[in-house]
Amino acid sequence: MASAFSAAKFSAQPFPLNHTSTTSHDSSIVFAKPTSLFLGSTRKLRLTSSSKFNLSRRSGTVDAVSDVVKQKKSKSSPSLLITKEEGLELYEDLVLGRAFEDMCAQMYYRGKMFGFVHLYNGQEAVSTGFIKLLKQQDSVVSTYRDHVHALSKGVPARAVMSELFGKTTGCCRGQGGSMHMFSREHNVLGGFAFIGEGIPIATGAAFTSKYKREVLKEADCDHVTLAFFGDGTCNNGQFFECLNMAALWKLPIVFVVENNLWAIGMSHLRATSDPQIYKKGPAFGMPGIHVDGMDVLKVREVAKEAIGRARRGEGPTLVECETYRFRGHSLADPDELRDPAEKAHYAARDPITALKKYLIENSLASEAELKTIEKKIDEVVEDAVEFADESPVPARSQLLENVFADPKGFGIGPDGRYRCEDPKFTEGTAHV
Amino acid sequence: MAVIFQGVGAAAALASSPSNSFDSNKSVFAPRRSFSVRKGASFAVVRSDGTVNLNPKDRRAQLLISNAVATKADSAAASSSSKPGHELLLFEALLEGLEEEMERDPHVCVMGEDVGHYGGSYKVTKGLAKKFGDLRVLDTPIAENSFTGMGIGAAMTGLRPVVEGMNMGFLLLAFNQISNNCGMLHYTSGGQFTIPIVIRGPGGVGRQLGAEHSQRLESYFQSIPGIQMVACSTPYNAKGLMKAAIRSENPVILFEHVLLYNLKERIPDEDYICNLEEAEMVRPGEHVTILTYSRMRYHVMQAAKTLVNKGYDPEVIDIRSLKPFDLFTIGNSVKKTHRVLIVEECMRTGGIGASLTAAITENFNDYLDAPIMCLSSQDVPTPYAGTLEEVTVVQPAQIVTAVEQLCQ
Repeated sequence: MASAFSAAKFSAQPFPLNHTSTTSHDSSIVFAKPTSLFLGSTRKLRLTSSSKFNLSRRSGTVDAVSDVVKQKKSKSSPSLLITKEEGLELYEDLVLGRAFEDMCAQMYYRGKMFGFVHLYNGQEAVSTGFIKLLKQQDSVVSTYRDHVHALSKGVPARAVMSELFGKTTGCCRGQGGSMHMFSREHNVLGGFAFIGEGIPIATGAAFTSKYKREVLKEADCDHVTLAFFGDGTCNNGQFFECLNMAALWKLPIVFVVENNLWAIGMSHLRATSDPQIYKKGPAFGMPGIHVDGMDVLKVREVAKEAIGRARRGEGPTLVECETYRFRGHSLADPDELRDPAEKAHYAARDPITALKKYLIENSLASEAELKTIEKKIDEVVEDAVEFADESPVPARSQLLENVFADPKGFGIGPDGRYRCEDPKFTEGTAHV
Repeated sequence: MAVIFQGVGAAAALASSPSNSFDSNKSVFAPRRSFSVRKGASFAVVRSDGTVNLNPKDRRAQLLISNAVATKADSAAASSSSKPGHELLLFEALLEGLEEEMERDPHVCVMGEDVGHYGGSYKVTKGLAKKFGDLRVLDTPIAENSFTGMGIGAAMTGLRPVVEGMNMGFLLLAFNQISNNCGMLHYTSGGQFTIPIVIRGPGGVGRQLGAEHSQRLESYFQSIPGIQMVACSTPYNAKGLMKAAIRSENPVILFEHVLLYNLKERIPDEDYICNLEEAEMVRPGEHVTILTYSRMRYHVMQAAKTLVNKGYDPEVIDIRSLKPFDLFTIGNSVKKTHRVLIVEECMRTGGIGASLTAAITENFNDYLDAPIMCLSSQDVPTPYAGTLEEVTVVQPAQIVTAVEQLCQ
């Protein structure tokens, strides 16, 4: 079985679109015709207006999954990409992500959560496609658009919703908020407010995995780390520095770029000299893959290879997922800059609709089964809201907890005792 | 070039008063905590040409200029095997502490530029890569923000990294990770992840290193919640603080000083640590409390000799813990002497001294007979020219004047 990611293929030249997301058992998936490159020719960059350009970037490119399957069926013995169980699992996760984020928007406008809330609507295929392949000990590092990554990794919806409401029962005791979702149990390492900040953290987690195997001699340690971040981050120094280090030391990490074309109001094309992000992988000695991030099955196939590579100790991979967010950058963003035609274009490629179609057309699931899942998810999300509503807000005494792992760090008070030994300490002030 | 060293085993002609034997279990003020009490540290200046100068008022001699060759020769002559403990230089003490902790716990690892094959630009990690391997003593590319962040990620997932900034000034590039992640993640994760990282490196004004290599980052980092900062000043506390910092579950920034790496001292053979939150009583006294840390300790002790000759009795405390302050030791001293002088190498604006002044005023205002005096470096980028650099930092003569003023 030839690996789709042979190093020679990727390190040598830029990665042409028509080789994207090949699976090991099928090389006949039809992709872009050679004339329409990923982002159009550079000439086009200067001539057309940006909004028109965005559409032409996507025109006549990737086929929907169902078409692919039809082709496969006609050529060889039918081999679906997923089993029924997997299909239902994926569908449930996609729907959970969507329903949860929709509920977040409602709750925000009702004044239950505040601050900056960044919703993931439209990008669910990336989270589900990747994270559902992970084990519990694998780590996920995200950005401020992290609710759905946490949910996909297994953090209960209740814990995430409570955290958003700022309650003590939140996954971070209400201390983190929307942009800081952490879970030790499920190995979600954040949740970061500044872009690019989480990438070194992910690199560190991957380093630990390699260290455990090679220094601590835990021979079966093959934990993989996934770092999710956006197109804007790919112009940030930490991104490049970590690509270098990860490739240098062959760390078990996958860098997943969720390229939704927009960094708040800054179009990717206006911010980036060479907008084809996947090309930056080979520059550092790792494969760079581009995949249709609106199609969960395609993402999953690419993810399998990338994660497999990391697990086998072959090093990092850069995966660029072409995706789109249906809502604004955050709930405070009026989202006036993006062309309605562009939005409509991607709304037609809704990952949930696509998977539903695939499952039904391939008789993997019936409408009724899918409806049951949707109903179940609705209940889960309702329950999460109720739970969060009823949970207590943090008491004043919680303010100084968790500042230090070892509270001796607050120092020795004038009376000679450690401040933290004073039972009234948490009611006082934190300055030292 | 001259070298100043503080040694118990110094040739008899040099020592003016013998140092106490190291007794880390006894303490003068608080029986329930261990302090190291060091009385009457003796100084002598040994020039590289072999002549000895017992009068350290010579301007050149007052600069702590390290000369590895001279000290190596002296250490051979000066060490006497009959005394307990062993003699070493400050950078060797750091190395020893680090090596012992790496042997003790396989999760302890080192990351930084040139820490591995090169042995560290100040030799603090010399030989470790050979002993522990290239992964445990990791030579990083020049990407401070990212490798500090990598260290933080590794700390969150179970390792105990010691990240070296080749010069503390370089850690300005890592400020994002140190402030946002190192200091905050334990809190924003609701206590789920600990970050037992040690970030260390040399800082301070050296010998004409230029403005950017002469920075004092302790004042920039001090506001970051969630971290602890300590500054070492002797081989004894260097090793002790290194070990304590590595064993601590909190992120600790350990400040070393470029000019102190070749200080020599005899330290105990047995395992010991120095408490991260405690200050060190260097010289008990009655008339005035002088609070200092790192290199300025030596300028203060220099001035102390002069002050003693003039009939003053200064109490010198090396605060060691820059964040948090040891208000117990400091407070007891203030209550005794009622006069405080802070001598630091930070700049005046927003420095450690500024915070310390505020803390003392808030807590011990009633005990003060005079306003707190704070001697800091000038608020200038450190000039290259030697004459200008010299007046950028506080010199012993200024300390003497300040004490005389305070005690009027």
